[in-house]
Amino acid sequence: MVDAETVSFPQNRTCPYHPPTGYREHRGQRPVSPARLFDGRTVWLVTGHAEARSLLVDPRLSSDRENPAFPFFAERVASSTLRRVELLGVDDPEHNAQRRMLIPSFTVRRTAALRPQIHETVDRLLDAMAEQGPPADLVDAFALPVPSMVICALLGVPYEDHEFFEAQSRKLLRGPAAADVEAARDELDDYFRVLIEQKRAAPGEGLLDELIVKQLETGGVDHDELVRLAQILLIAGHETTANMISLGTFTLLQHPDQLARMRESEGLMSSAVEELLRFLSIADGISRVAVEDIEVGGVTIRAGDGVILTTSVINRDETVYPSPDELDLGRNARNHVAFGFGIHQCLGQNLARAELEIALPALFDRLPGLRLAVPAEEIPFKPGDTIQGLFELPVTW
Amino acid sequence: MRISIDKDRCIGAGQCALTAPKVFTQDDDGFSELLPGYEEALDGATVKEAVRVCPVQAISLG
Repeated sequence: MVDAETVSFPQNRTCPYHPPTGYREHRGQRPVSPARLFDGRTVWLVTGHAEARSLLVDPRLSSDRENPAFPFFAERVASSTLRRVELLGVDDPEHNAQRRMLIPSFTVRRTAALRPQIHETVDRLLDAMAEQGPPADLVDAFALPVPSMVICALLGVPYEDHEFFEAQSRKLLRGPAAADVEAARDELDDYFRVLIEQKRAAPGEGLLDELIVKQLETGGVDHDELVRLAQILLIAGHETTANMISLGTFTLLQHPDQLARMRESEGLMSSAVEELLRFLSIADGISRVAVEDIEVGGVTIRAGDGVILTTSVINRDETVYPSPDELDLGRNARNHVAFGFGIHQCLGQNLARAELEIALPALFDRLPGLRLAVPAEEIPFKPGDTIQGLFELPVTW
Repeated sequence: MRISIDKDRCIGAGQCALTAPKVFTQDDDGFSELLPGYEEALDGATVKEAVRVCPVQAISLG
């Protein structure tokens, strides 16, 4: 299935909020078409919205990271030792059992109850920024600490340890080498082994404490599984939202008409957040492996083929979103796949929405003159093989 | 309009409760359920949107 037209995956974005131009030319061809990975392997790249929705609910596509045919899109991940990735890297029924333990803590109602606490965290960080005075790196001062503090409180992980786990999380997601990925996993394993033991001796009030009492002590999970699960929750809980806050702020600053619209109407915030999720699609590249043949979009995906769903292009499908490259905070973007779709759709999505709906307007209310401190072209952003976002966001006000 | 929720498929993403909060809620385990008196709050377009955004297609209309 390889020809001269085969696109390579992943590619770096040229603008931090638009899909890589290479994927976009691809969309003109077919909704499911071949792409080449870093190691020369050919996989299927899904760019159509309808095809993505049908594939993401199809049990013939597996999320099992331990399947030797699972497609990894960076050398550092492919060559690090295989290990089970709880929740997002396992199939049903194991996945379902894990998800069921966790969903009561992430419902719409439970996350709504966390809003006052999120507000307080956001306000405290903004007070500190205002007191310190401009300029500041918004990633360090606000975008990262907001979700980091919120997930620590939810899980019962001490926030004092944030420098440690944020550093390990960076290594786990971006290496650069396979050895860095493995070392970060080991460090986090050790950290959570100790934390779980401490919590068994002196229980606290977080989700982790609850899982120890309700699941670990009753044999619902074993110790190693809980250690791995805790890592996933902690990392997924801060990295993604941090990227959405910083890249969302940058995008709003680059679209002053939309920013003005958001600031004028509080009622617009929920649709504004959905549109930013669609537009930015920071988790760009959902990987699966076919375990049976699947006919879709005019092609046959064979058992053993790798499949990559490129959310940034799927969420710009013009048959679903008119003028998809325009940021339009008033549009109904709810049908996006920025959180995925199917059984693995983001567990923390309601928490992420609450954080974004609170953090973004509060930032512009508290620092109304907020603007970039350097030219937009100089702001460093992340490469295509990891979660998309900004390395730093120098701002002044 | 008859609304059925397949609780075995439901993964508790809460998308129905977010989209049509007068019709759907989540029980203590996180699973989707119909609110008492939802019949009065029925709005066809909103319920269809809830069906569309359910990530596991657990809601059907009859």
